[in-house]
Parts: sequence; C-alpha cells; structure tokens
Amino acid sequence: MNQALLNLESIRFAWPGQSEPVIDIQALSIGRGERVYLHGPSGSGKSTLLALIAGLIRPQSGLIACNGLALKDLSGRKRDRFRADYLGIIFQQFNLLPWLDVKANVILPCRFSRRRAERAGDPQSAAAELLEAMDLESALWHRRADNLSVGQQQRVAAARALIGQPSLVLADEPTSALDADRRDRFLDLLFDRIDQAGSALLFVSHDRELARRFDRTLDLTTINRRGAGP
Amino acid sequence: MKLMPLAIGSLLNRRFAVVLTTLTIALSIGLLVLVEQMRSEVRSGFYRTVAGTDLIVGARTAPIQLLLYSVFGIGDATNNVSWQTYQELKGLPEVDWAVPMALGDSHRGFRVMGTSLAFFDHYRYADRQPLVFAAGAAFDDLFDVVVGHQVARQLRLALGDHLTLAHGTSRVTLQHHDDHPFSVSGILAPTGTPVDQQLYISLAAHRAIHIGWETGVRRPGAGIDAEQARARQDELEPDSVTAILLGLKTRAAVFGLQRRINDYRPEALSAVMPGITLQELWRITGVAEQMLRLVAGMVIIAGLLGMVTVLLATLNERRREMAILRANGARPVHVAALLIFEAGLVAAAGIALGLGLAIAAQAAAAPWLLSHYGLHIGLSLPAAGLWLVLGAIWLSALLVALVPALMAYRRTLADGMQVRS
Repeated sequence: MNQALLNLESIRFAWPGQSEPVIDIQALSIGRGERVYLHGPSGSGKSTLLALIAGLIRPQSGLIACNGLALKDLSGRKRDRFRADYLGIIFQQFNLLPWLDVKANVILPCRFSRRRAERAGDPQSAAAELLEAMDLESALWHRRADNLSVGQQQRVAAARALIGQPSLVLADEPTSALDADRRDRFLDLLFDRIDQAGSALLFVSHDRELARRFDRTLDLTTINRRGAGP
Repeated sequence: MKLMPLAIGSLLNRRFAVVLTTLTIALSIGLLVLVEQMRSEVRSGFYRTVAGTDLIVGARTAPIQLLLYSVFGIGDATNNVSWQTYQELKGLPEVDWAVPMALGDSHRGFRVMGTSLAFFDHYRYADRQPLVFAAGAAFDDLFDVVVGHQVARQLRLALGDHLTLAHGTSRVTLQHHDDHPFSVSGILAPTGTPVDQQLYISLAAHRAIHIGWETGVRRPGAGIDAEQARARQDELEPDSVTAILLGLKTRAAVFGLQRRINDYRPEALSAVMPGITLQELWRITGVAEQMLRLVAGMVIIAGLLGMVTVLLATLNERRREMAILRANGARPVHVAALLIFEAGLVAAAGIALGLGLAIAAQAAAAPWLLSHYGLHIGLSLPAAGLWLVLGAIWLSALLVALVPALMAYRRTLADGMQVRS
C-alpha cells in the first residue's frame, strides 16, 4: 500500500440527542490513489462516515487525518477549506444545481477553492476536457443540468468531483439509480479519470457485484463496532 | 464576486415567484415615492404662484379661504373690498404696487379677472419672474381681453378672436354678458401657475358689463351699449373689488402693515401673508399625507414580508441545493450570503421599478393637474431625504432576509451529507 492518505483512529460519533454512537471505528486508512469499496446495509452508518471524512460533522472522539491534516483540530472554516481543496464528492443522485448549466456545475468547486482552480489550470477547458472524457458531447454542456438523463447527470457529477484533481473522491452510492449497463460504463469512465488525476476513491455501495473492480473491499458492519440498530 | 452568478441563476430559476415579489415591492415603493413627490411638487407649485406677492387683502374671512379663492380659484368670495379702501392701500407709503382683482365672471369654465395694468407690470411668480406676452399686448380698448396660456391653448384662441363672458363661475351658466363681446388683445406666455387658467379684462370693462346687473341678474333695458360704455370709460369705476395683491417696498414692513389692515376701522378686512397661510394649509393637508405615508409604509412592510415568505417557502426545496453547494466547498456563510444576496437583488430591482412607476404616474398626472388647477408638476428626482428612506428600505430587506439566511445556515451545519431530497 502507498503512503496513507486518510487515517481514522478510534472514531466515535453519535448524532445529537442520541446516546448510542452510529460510528465506532477503531482504525481505517486509505492510501494515495487507492480505490476502496465500502459496503454495508442501509442504516449501517455509511453516509455518516462519509460526512465525518468530509469534515461536515465532527466526531466526539478519535482522530481523522487527511493529507497530514488533523481534521478534528481544524476550525469549521478550515474544514470547509479542506473539503473544497482536497475532496470531490458524488451523491447518490440529484448532484447538480438545476439552475446552472452543465459546464457551470462542473466548475463549481473552482469557485470555492483557489487550489482546485489553480490545479485545473483553466477551469473552462479543464471542465470541457473532463466532460468529453465522461462521454458527454458538447451539445449538452450549455443545457440546464436538470434537462439531462440520470446517467448523464451522474457523469457530470463525476466530472465535477474530479476537476482540479482532488486527493480523495467520496462517492455515496453513485450508481444506485443506474441500470447495469450504464453502471458499468459509469465506473469505466470514473476509474479512467481517477487514475489520470491520481485521486484515491472511497466508493460506498450495497451492490456487491462491483466489489471486484476495487483494490480493496471494506465491510462496514465488521469495522464499525457500534451497537445494533440505526 | 463569486456568489453573484449563483444568486442570479438561482433567482432566474424561480423567476415567476421572483417577478411577483419584485412587483409587490415595486408597487409599494411606487406608492411611497409618488406620495412624497406629489406632496413636494404640489407644494412648490403653490409657492411658485404666490412667490412675488407680500400680502393678499380681502374682506374679513379665514386666511386659507382668502388665499384659495383669490389666487387659486378654489371657492368663492363671500364679500368684497370697497374701491375706496383699494385706493387708500395703493397710496400707502410702504406699498410698492397694488393689483386689484374683480372676480365673479367666467368664460367656458375659466375664471375672468377684472384687474388693472399693474397686474401685468408687477405680478411675479416663481423666482420673481414677470409675466410675458407670448403674443399681443395688455388690454387697450375697453372690450379687450388678455388670456392665459392654457385658456388660449385649450379654447384655441388667437389674437382678435371674439368671445362673450358668462355671469358666475360655474361651468354651466345660463346668463351671458352677450351684449358685450370681447376681443383677444394678448396671450400670456406659460407660467405653470393658475395665471395660465384665467382671462383678464380691465376693471372698467368689468364695471361696464355689470351695469344693470346690480341685483345679480340683468334688468332689461338698464344696461349700456358698447359705444356708450367707451364714451364713459373714464368714469367707469367699480364700487368694489374681490381682493387685492400687495407688493411692498421692503419686506420688513409686512408684519406692521398686516396688523394695520386687520385692525382697519372703516371696513372689516383680512390681510394674509401667502407663504405663512400656505404653511397653515399644509398643516391641515398634512394629516391626510401622514395617512398616505402610513399606508405606503404598511404596503412596503407587506412587500418585504412577502419576499421573506417566498424565501422561506423555497428553503425546503432548496435544501438539496444547499447540500450540493456545501459538498463542493461552499461554507455555511456562503449559503446564508446567497439568500441575503438574492433578497438584496430582488429589493433593489423592486425599488428601481417602483421609482420608475412613480415617475411614470407623475408624468401621467401632470397634464391633468395643469389643466384643472394650473399647477405645474415637474419631473424631479426624489430629494436626498427620500433616497435615504429608500436606502433604509433596502437595508431592511437585507435584515429580514437574515431570518431565512440563518435558518439555511443552521440547517447546512446540521444536515451533514444526509440530505433528503
């Protein structure tokens, strides 16, 4: 394994007002450029884990370090900056701002992160290149995002997550709304660009068929030692 | 400004609600601006009219009534001032000029004023501007008439045209002085005051057409014909006039003279200073203005509340958008700022549109005010005070937008990535 990009140690997190932690993970690490497949049933805490890694929420105890930065010690403002600079995020669906056109959606992270904008070089041409690589013809680029099919929207979301070469891409069941053919096609394109960008990928899904395509598979039910129930 | 394109895109996405909200704000702002503008324009219109007159003298009556019927043609006089008193006032050492006004006749709804040549020489309006003839000259022959600008324009009168006067001032008059036709000798240039709405004849003519009318109606056979009248021109002196405009040599004498006229023994008189009397008038109309302001203020509050309602109503549907923005690096502050930004844009558009509406309404009302009251309404931009009010309204729009903004801020903090669409 390469040098670790992401390190989680003794993480405990409970949503406010709940005594039982949703997340109780002893150790989890992801190397640079590594593709990790994480699966677990609904309610096993997958989305919460992603939110912790993204710095959207803070664990009650434990250590999360990414790129050598200890997220827990960062102020809210710096965690926002960290997310903008180093992370690309793909949701399950409805990833795009409906009132922006496709290209503006892809450029969105460059609006909030100077690092991403600089690494993209010229955001406009970087976005064009990514969209092309994601098999979206230029006729679509200036359409409103909600005019696209679900599969097209997910590819736009992937292009957006990859612009400016983030260190880590978090994907929260991005293929669940796609049929098998489009799902495989999506993964081909995603992996191809992830390799080029040199990003690591943490891919959450409950579709075990996909697991074989990843470097490593994690089962959340085994690494998360929390009590039963959601 | 990285949020600007986002805010505009988001507003365009909700353009129907945004346009309605903007219109609500625009209408309320328009109402406010219109009330303020008309108030100041109407006031300055009244001041223009009496700017050059120091005192107005009439039979004893309420000052506002005297001012309104003498200069502005609103209402009628109840009593007259004797000719002898006019002569005495005119002869006072502190009096520079005296313009007699004999009212009571009309021509097709326009007032006819019997006066002396002093009116054309001494009457001043606005910034001490004298009356100018657009065509012709003052009356020379006994049956000459000078017409104001609007009278000539609306009745299409030209020099040399003949017209007959009607007894009384109502628009429908059955009794005409048709035995004495007048000929137009002069047309005045526009002044933007009630001067434009009147016709002017000499006092002698005023007297001549009323010979035989002493009881208020014509006694058949008692009148004199035009040639007789011309022959007796020099002895045709009125018994009384309706009011007298006075100009003093020094303004400082105005208070003393006013007191002496009000205390005048032989006749019960009122002397009023037009400026001060107008102030009294504004005090009365001020109550109505305050009510209008209050209504305009309420409507503005309703408009702003409507805007916040729209923002709040869209918060739920926007929850998804907020999460996407957050995931792509937007800070909670950005999300809140986006909402405030949108409110600022909507309010600014509403204010700009409202100003436009008010100015358009003013432009539409101006001709009507000019033809009915001789009031000239200028198209001026709002005064500094009104700009401050508009600025304050804009800031309050930002302030009330803080409510949905803070709610969005807290939600984005709490939601994390678990966004329900």
